[in-house]
Amino acid sequence: MLARVAEILNSIADGGPQASLPVRLCQECVVALSITGVGLTLMTADGLSGGMVAVTDRPAQGMEELQFALGQGPCVDASRSRRPVLQPDLLSTAVARWPEFGAAIPTAGVRAIFAFPLQVGAFRLGVLALYRDTPGRLGDSELTDALAYADAATTLLLDLQDQAGANREHPALTGALDNRAVVHQATGMISVQLGVSPTEALLRLRAHAYATDRPMHDISVAVVGRRMRFDHSEYGSTTIKGGR
Amino acid sequence: MTTREQLVAETFVELADTLVAEFDVIELLHTLASRSVELLDASAAGIMMSDQRGGLTVMASSAEEARLLELYELQNNEGPCLDCVRSGEPVVPADLAAMRTAWPEFTRRLQEFGFSTAQAIPLRLRSETIGALNLFRTSSTPMTQADLALGQALADVATIGLIQERAIAASQLLAEQLQAALNSRILLEQAKGDLAERTGLPMDQAFQLMRSHARNQGRRLGDIATEIIDGSLVLAGAKTG
Repeated sequence: MLARVAEILNSIADGGPQASLPVRLCQECVVALSITGVGLTLMTADGLSGGMVAVTDRPAQGMEELQFALGQGPCVDASRSRRPVLQPDLLSTAVARWPEFGAAIPTAGVRAIFAFPLQVGAFRLGVLALYRDTPGRLGDSELTDALAYADAATTLLLDLQDQAGANREHPALTGALDNRAVVHQATGMISVQLGVSPTEALLRLRAHAYATDRPMHDISVAVVGRRMRFDHSEYGSTTIKGGR
Repeated sequence: MTTREQLVAETFVELADTLVAEFDVIELLHTLASRSVELLDASAAGIMMSDQRGGLTVMASSAEEARLLELYELQNNEGPCLDCVRSGEPVVPADLAAMRTAWPEFTRRLQEFGFSTAQAIPLRLRSETIGALNLFRTSSTPMTQADLALGQALADVATIGLIQERAIAASQLLAEQLQAALNSRILLEQAKGDLAERTGLPMDQAFQLMRSHARNQGRRLGDIATEIIDGSLVLAGAKTG
């Protein structure tokens, strides 16, 4: 196992500078296993916030965004439970476990997800998620290899943090921290508008995105641009014409 | 099995045991020091280890004399333990004359404590030397090759545990830093939004306000962000402030 992890890390390090190391790790993982996409995310311990470090294709990106928008799904559960969440047949099992997430599966282009938590002792760093466009299990040897990729991803994240130094961000991780900045800013604004905690405000933002079937990012941009406010009315929000 | 063989076997089991569950470094080092005295025809033993910034610390000793002698080595920058850590090789002086030549002050001190010889065995895994086991003896005959080999074997078993513990501690520290980077970034963005909403400032100006407040107060941006969010700090916008 350790030898395989070292082999993976050596292989991505030798790949040249054309893509960042996290992206290369995901790309090599797609090639090595019977899967069609990979996403590597940083995640807070509760699994509800975080950022994408690397993703290989559109369906995988869609799945990552969907789980963040809904605050539910295999990746969220993997981080929270600290265990791999293996879903070889999403179409038949996802709806029962994650109603909203499951409802989106028929059109998502993904039929199987294998989510592995990245953790070091008590610390949870994120999730490595493997996606496939057809249903089916990972075989025993593939599962072992997937765990090696998860270990390699953990080592890589720690190594990037080591290079950056305490209280600093590694450039390869800045994108992941940036790509949801607007959502967190909107969360801060909504918490003031409603007089609630940021955690509660994020839930309200999520619920609104789900109820109106709009991307959380778009709503966040509208809130930050002051074209929309949250209130306690029946609709939960007010749209302001002519706002900034 | 003779009593000695039994003790050797028990000691290896004892040292290896510490590799399994969560173990206490000091406990492991004390086991190594006290068993070395019992097994290796030594009168006292002490262990010195490098910290992760390159300094050396006396970590364990079987007797107060051993601790004092090791402290003396550190203070005067001379002695077998230091040479052993620096070279990564065992230091086994041939006789008293050789010791006097190599470490005159240390040897004088050693004799004051009633010892005749001192030897040091490295705590080393491959190229990494993390410390040394110092053995002090009242007998002036050289230590046997068999005892030296056994001492090195005991040190090797302990070293594996110590290096593993250091690696785990180092990766946990990095994991904590990375988790903190993520959390503090989220907190910072939320505080920007909070402040922008309260003051009516655009997002970038809200951030400037937080930064200049942190700078003026000589405080960390993360602490300012936390206080904005929990409501204990109210910053006024440009018009009033």
